Amino acid sequence: MPGTKEIRTKIASVKSTQKITKAMQMVATSKMRRAQERMKLARPYALKMRNVIGHLTQANPDYRHPFLVTRTPAAIGVIVISTDRGLAGGLNANVFKQTLLLLREWQGKGAQVSLCLIGSKGLTFFRRLGLPILANVSGLGDKPHVKDLIGTVKVMLDAYRAGSLDRLFLVNAQFVNTMTQKPSIEQLLPIEALDTEGLQEHWDYIYEPDAAGILDGLLMRYIESQVYRGAVENVASEMAARMVAMGAASDNAGKLINELQLIYNKARQAAITKELSEIVGGAAAV
Amino acid sequence: MAEPITIQVDIVSAEGELFSGPAAMVFAPAKEGDLGIHPRHAPLLTLLKAGEVRVQTPDGEEHHFFVGGGALEVQPTKVTVLADTALRAKDIDEAAALAAKQRAEEALKDKVGHITIAEAQAELARAMAQLKLIERLRKLRG
Repeated sequence: MPGTKEIRTKIASVKSTQKITKAMQMVATSKMRRAQERMKLARPYALKMRNVIGHLTQANPDYRHPFLVTRTPAAIGVIVISTDRGLAGGLNANVFKQTLLLLREWQGKGAQVSLCLIGSKGLTFFRRLGLPILANVSGLGDKPHVKDLIGTVKVMLDAYRAGSLDRLFLVNAQFVNTMTQKPSIEQLLPIEALDTEGLQEHWDYIYEPDAAGILDGLLMRYIESQVYRGAVENVASEMAARMVAMGAASDNAGKLINELQLIYNKARQAAITKELSEIVGGAAAV
Repeated sequence: MAEPITIQVDIVSAEGELFSGPAAMVFAPAKEGDLGIHPRHAPLLTLLKAGEVRVQTPDGEEHHFFVGGGALEVQPTKVTVLADTALRAKDIDEAAALAAKQRAEEALKDKVGHITIAEAQAELARAMAQLKLIERLRKLRG
């Protein structure tokens, strides 16, 4: 039976691939749930932070922190969050595409652009462009921690304070639902539109030591928490995208196996028919 | 006797909530020295240094939390601790920033790293295998 052995080996290999993709799909599903949990856990902190900052800025109208002042944008910084591993469908590609559009838009306006990359896929992609990369961190894993992001964010904040950046953006994959993840672009600095409704104006805090120092500490932590949220959301998106991609891969493998099985059966049958007709032909000849 | 006077305490960090509940008294390590907060404290906002936040619940229990720093907001009926999960200090932050910068510089240096070549090879091998399979399927069908 010529060729049938090769088809059998191929079927076996596709089957083992299917096992892997199925396992990856299941792992991604459980990791996605956990990442979603962490997304939820990060919310109260950011909300509270916004509230306090909103109150602070309202209570001290004469003190303008540099993070709250809009300057004419001559240079912008973009923090791009990407995954460390592939096999997540078009997730990273979509994020990079949006980032490129953003970069081109600002370059069109004559602004300098520089990047800060979180995740190794972004690094491999963006270093080809030859744009300045100010900071980088990869290998955060499935559970990013704030402490791994502090340094990276600080580089960008320092650049902003020093005046070498006038805007700071965050690009990451937004987790809409399991089937949909879309790139989101968010302006981190200057901070705009703070929640000030529902705040009474007739009372103020006692500040220790002073309002300016506290505001500075709070704003820094607020930006860090935003980047952390972006990183966690990106993990959730990565897992969801991988889950869908691996599900599709498993389906395709199944289809391929069916097709190969059909071809194998036909080849086998043809071989038997041939053999039979040879025997019959031989018997007739006798 | 009236209800014991309590103050609502929430300890939150960027990575999750650590504690939420009523307390009879709260102690926190403020930058300017340790603070003890009773219910109906005047509104106060301060930064925390690394240390221990102690919460005394109305039934006399005591909870301890380590914070790496953060901020403390006090309102007459509510205390919120915005805790840092990591130990914060100027030089630690500085070192982390420097490391992040160095990583970026190194990454830019080896423009055609081994990773890209390895990736390209893997991609090529995959494409070749796919082509071979398609070829075989075609032969068998035709």
